[in-house]
Amino acid sequence: MLLHITQTGSNATGLGYLLHKNPANLHEVKLPFGKATVFYPAATDDRCTACLLLEIDPVELVRGARQLEAYVNDRPYVASSYMTVAIGRVFGTALAGNCARRPELVHCKLPLQLTVEVVRTRGGEEVLHRLFQPLGYHVEARRLPLDNKFPEWGESPYFRLTLTAEITVHNALTHLYVLLPVLDDEKHYYIGEAEVDKLLRHGEGWLKQHPEQRMIVSRYLQRRGALTTQAFEQLLEEETASVEAAESKTEKAAQQERELERPMTLHTQRLNTVAARLKELGARSVLDLGCGEGKLLRRLLADRTFERIVGMDVSHRSLQIASARLRLDRMPERQRKRIELMQGSLLYRDQRLSGFDAAALVEVIEHLDVPRLAALERVLFEFARPRHILITTPNREYNVLFPTLPEGRMRHGDHRFEWTRAEFAAWATATATRFAYDVKLEPVGPLTKRTVRHRRWPCSHCGRNRTNEDHRNP
Amino acid sequence: MKTIEIPELAVVALMGATGSGKSTFAREHFRPTEILSSDYFRGVVNDDETDQSATQDAFDALYYVLAKRLARGKLTVIDATNVRQEDRRRIVETARKFHCFAVAIVVNTPEKICQERNAQRPGRDFGPHVVRRQVHDLRRGLHGLDREGFRYVHILGGTDRVEIQRTRIWTNRKEETGPFDIIGDLHGCAPELRLLLDQLGWQRHDVDPADPVWGSESFQHPQGRKAIFVGDLVDRGPGILNCVRIVRNMVHTGHALCVAGNHDVKLLRWLRGKQIQMRHGLDLSAAELEPLLPDHRAPIASFLDSLLSHYVLDGGKLVVAHAGLREEMHGRTSGQVREFCLYGETTGETDEFGLPVRYNWASEYRGRASVVYGHTPVPSPEWLNNTVNIDTGAVFGGKLTALRYPEREFISVPAAREYAIPARPLAPPPENRTNQQVLDDVLDLEDVTGKRLIETRVLRHITIREENAIAALEVLSRFATDPHWLIYLPPTMSPSETSDREHYLEYPAEGFAYFRKNGVDRVICEEKHMGSRAVVIVCRDTAAARERFGTLEDRIGVCYTRTGRPFFPDAAEERAFLDRVHAAITRAGLWEEFHTTWLCLDCELMPWSAKARELLQRQYAPVATAGIASLQATAAALRQSPAAQHMAADFDQRLARLMKYRKAYQRYCWPVTSIADYKLAPFHLLASEGAVHTDKTHRWHMDTLHRLAEADPGFLIATSFLDVNLNDSDAVARAGEWWEQLTNHGGEGMVIKPLAYLSNGPKGLIQPALKCRGREYLRIIYGPEYTAPDQLPRLRKRAVSGKRSMAAREFALGLEALHRFVAREPLRRVHECIFGVLALESEPVDPRL
Repeated sequence: MLLHITQTGSNATGLGYLLHKNPANLHEVKLPFGKATVFYPAATDDRCTACLLLEIDPVELVRGARQLEAYVNDRPYVASSYMTVAIGRVFGTALAGNCARRPELVHCKLPLQLTVEVVRTRGGEEVLHRLFQPLGYHVEARRLPLDNKFPEWGESPYFRLTLTAEITVHNALTHLYVLLPVLDDEKHYYIGEAEVDKLLRHGEGWLKQHPEQRMIVSRYLQRRGALTTQAFEQLLEEETASVEAAESKTEKAAQQERELERPMTLHTQRLNTVAARLKELGARSVLDLGCGEGKLLRRLLADRTFERIVGMDVSHRSLQIASARLRLDRMPERQRKRIELMQGSLLYRDQRLSGFDAAALVEVIEHLDVPRLAALERVLFEFARPRHILITTPNREYNVLFPTLPEGRMRHGDHRFEWTRAEFAAWATATATRFAYDVKLEPVGPLTKRTVRHRRWPCSHCGRNRTNEDHRNP
Repeated sequence: MKTIEIPELAVVALMGATGSGKSTFAREHFRPTEILSSDYFRGVVNDDETDQSATQDAFDALYYVLAKRLARGKLTVIDATNVRQEDRRRIVETARKFHCFAVAIVVNTPEKICQERNAQRPGRDFGPHVVRRQVHDLRRGLHGLDREGFRYVHILGGTDRVEIQRTRIWTNRKEETGPFDIIGDLHGCAPELRLLLDQLGWQRHDVDPADPVWGSESFQHPQGRKAIFVGDLVDRGPGILNCVRIVRNMVHTGHALCVAGNHDVKLLRWLRGKQIQMRHGLDLSAAELEPLLPDHRAPIASFLDSLLSHYVLDGGKLVVAHAGLREEMHGRTSGQVREFCLYGETTGETDEFGLPVRYNWASEYRGRASVVYGHTPVPSPEWLNNTVNIDTGAVFGGKLTALRYPEREFISVPAAREYAIPARPLAPPPENRTNQQVLDDVLDLEDVTGKRLIETRVLRHITIREENAIAALEVLSRFATDPHWLIYLPPTMSPSETSDREHYLEYPAEGFAYFRKNGVDRVICEEKHMGSRAVVIVCRDTAAARERFGTLEDRIGVCYTRTGRPFFPDAAEERAFLDRVHAAITRAGLWEEFHTTWLCLDCELMPWSAKARELLQRQYAPVATAGIASLQATAAALRQSPAAQHMAADFDQRLARLMKYRKAYQRYCWPVTSIADYKLAPFHLLASEGAVHTDKTHRWHMDTLHRLAEADPGFLIATSFLDVNLNDSDAVARAGEWWEQLTNHGGEGMVIKPLAYLSNGPKGLIQPALKCRGREYLRIIYGPEYTAPDQLPRLRKRAVSGKRSMAAREFALGLEALHRFVAREPLRRVHECIFGVLALESEPVDPRL
């Protein structure tokens, strides 16, 4: 990857002093992950270009990598957090705003052009403009084609980025330092508290006013919740002292109100409904099949009427997260005895699932290929045979109300099907009949003001028909 | 010297006061591991063998170990005083629970000697009253020991010299290996029996001289086969006495074995004068036997009395019982075992015909022994979980069936007529599917998860670790195709050893060297196609698919990836693809050639981009885009700088590598808009009905599949190959050139296989195949610039042994799955191997290999 810094106009070679690198020489700096080189393709009085070339050792890069795709990667070619480290090491003096030999130049706004070959941008060209225009740059982005031989593969995420502005070299470098990893949205090293300091230090004087402050902070800190909060607090702290403080507070209050009024997410509604139904059914022992990271389990644990709660999921990783979230290792003995997590699959008969009052499958069945439902039906209705079974699944008819969901697409990449209400009713009724259960269908989620359609309706809630049972299970 | 006989499997309870010499006796006559001593367990739980406060815990631990030993069928000696009945009760109960005998050995040493011995031993200063009490308690209980449930009671004086002889349990006939003809319920069908024996090749061989009770009719088999009757010789049919006579004579002359059936036992009780209701055909037996003289009836009674509940045969691989037998009861003896053998398992309910409702124990059977039984008439014999019911209702007008073992063939003769009317009509299996298929619709988690040892034909035991099984469960549940179709997963393949040839990471020489080192003279070099591995199963029609694969859907086959994922998400597209393969098979005449209704092919499906498009869009193509742009700009900038222009040439070379990388992946991509855009290269014809074709050479596979490819040349690719004699240096050199040619044009490379599908070297199974990949292709694997002089030497440090071990184990499991499927074993047995392959795949290994 390559960064050009070009100064035009008179006394352009002053750039060499500012960058602390003599245009006549080649400057090489060894870095832990490769080598940085500074050279000058042009160094005349009216135009001076310094290039920072970063070479990354690809063999070192992938040591310990687990996935094949990681061995073939764009890191050696893209301006990323590696470039940031290189800027810090190679142009450290300029980045700090120092220049021993020509101190008067430091605060001079110079006609500068910065070109990066190449940047990867999450969010496309628009993000480039949103990030750099507020800082006074003229932004020129040329998108690189992905593969001319296969135009159907679409466009690449890469750009050749050129920024032009009258700006101090110090500011230009701090902008790049902070914003290159924000564009790339990845960091090659551990993000700790020091990262907050770096952000605030290099963002001094411009980050506070930047309209995309939220995105910058969040991406720079790689969405580490505690760290972003810390950064925002510090940014805000400085602000309260300022004149706009009052205004900002009003804005904050308004936002709070919006948050409050925003309806509960569909998923929360779904979980609340299922937990409420389980309680109404008088279930004491409950299976949460496909418990994921344990959101329903947490609700069930909070209610003492559920004496035995078992969460099952096919993903071991999810169970680990659930265990951590529920703090199972620190739970008091008496509580701990109520809950159990286990790995299992709804496609295999499992003796551990017998003898429960109720089983809940919240947004589970749509993750199975339709032909495999036959196995699930028998495992659940014939062998596990809890007294009540609650199943929810997305209502396809509702999908048109999601503004961002393209027509014909499913809500989740792993959904194998999404049913209409009629399709779900047909399946639920047929299955319940076959296994001698009663069936009741209801929508989940309130009817909104915007639409008279049911948001989701699917709680199929199948009470077991006891009179039929004796004939069925000899 | 006194001889004590003890059954080979029993709980031996030693009894005697402290100091009577029980432990010494135990040490003299039993292995140390067979003895569970209460003193020892007191020490285990409490560090002090004499602390009586630990007795309860000590016995809990002792009985825990006892249960484990008995479950495994190990004779065990309980060394404790056992002087009171309440101490002994638990022993008898435990023995009964595990269906084995309880044996009492009383060491009845005089009290005086006990007291003397205790006085000499440290830590036994509990006073003489304790021993006095023990001796008293023991003597009081001696006479009731058999009533308490001890099958054998031996009382020894303190000084008796004894020898212990272990006797075989009667049902144990493991040394008899057959071959056997196992014959179903006779119920007096003597004419059908004679016909069946004739069909099986038995010859009339009369007993001489004829016996007044038993007559002379008997049979022998010229090949020395032995008949086994599953019981129920009597009642209902036309020739009850004749059946009993023939069977008795064959048993008597050592040509047959017979187990007891419930009807035989009931007749015995009638013969002994018990009041029995004359139902279920007993009236006919009575009518035949009543005219006999009393002293002719007595031998019949004693013959019926001599029939055992079941036999364990052929090294434990075969069990015959009248109504079947659960695994934990094989070779055991108890009232419960006998009841099970005679009547099977019932739920306690009765059905609308007034007959007991049977519990289908066979659906849960997981044992290694084949269980052959009768008792309940079925329309035709059908294997279910390695058990088979061969009572095909001869007396009800069905047929009399024999199972030939070990051939596992069924031979039947139809009944001449319906001699009796069954209380419950014989129900045909549902939906024209076998009971096994119905059972296999739902697999049980217990059959696949946890740590497992899988025995395969190729490698003895393969261990599947629990954490890997966890990963496999997720893959199979979330992504895999219907398990009915998953009869094979291909193994991973190791590359040849790293080459030290300049500019190369892999080169054919190392591959050839590997096989030469392992004693292989001839190898096949096959062009390696770069697409996606695909297993393709095609059936002749949907009916064949239902019959053979037990699928519930209307499809003629399946095409899945190496992890069992359906290749085509769209059913119609898959059908069109399979139809095309089907047409080629039909044109090539392979259905007839292999007498099969299905074929399983191991293939590569092209283009790569069809399955890997997402990866290409997200990973491979972007790297080229970014790399080329970045390096072009760099080279140009360097050229303009006098201080740095010497570096430009280096970047030109890097740019050239990126260009080659882009070309490398582009070669494996083309747009797919219809089935016609796919290319399929089959390279193994894995299996067809009754055959796993791993007994053929790879040459055979190539030749056969070339014929298939000729049937649809636009769609099927005939993989090019070379048959190379490794001792012919010219041939080896030619193969190297051939590889260079393939790979210089961007080909992936080649696969080197020993000519024989299965090959062993000095250390056992060798790699079934090694890949040798081209230099350009490897850019996709090791990175675009891996050939750079500063990278290649470092990449050479790679170890292939982990990959090879994994490849061998997966290979063995994949073939095992096929073998089990072809042998029509239950699906869970096939699935176990499939599960195993996926579990092994989750072991960490360098994915670049």
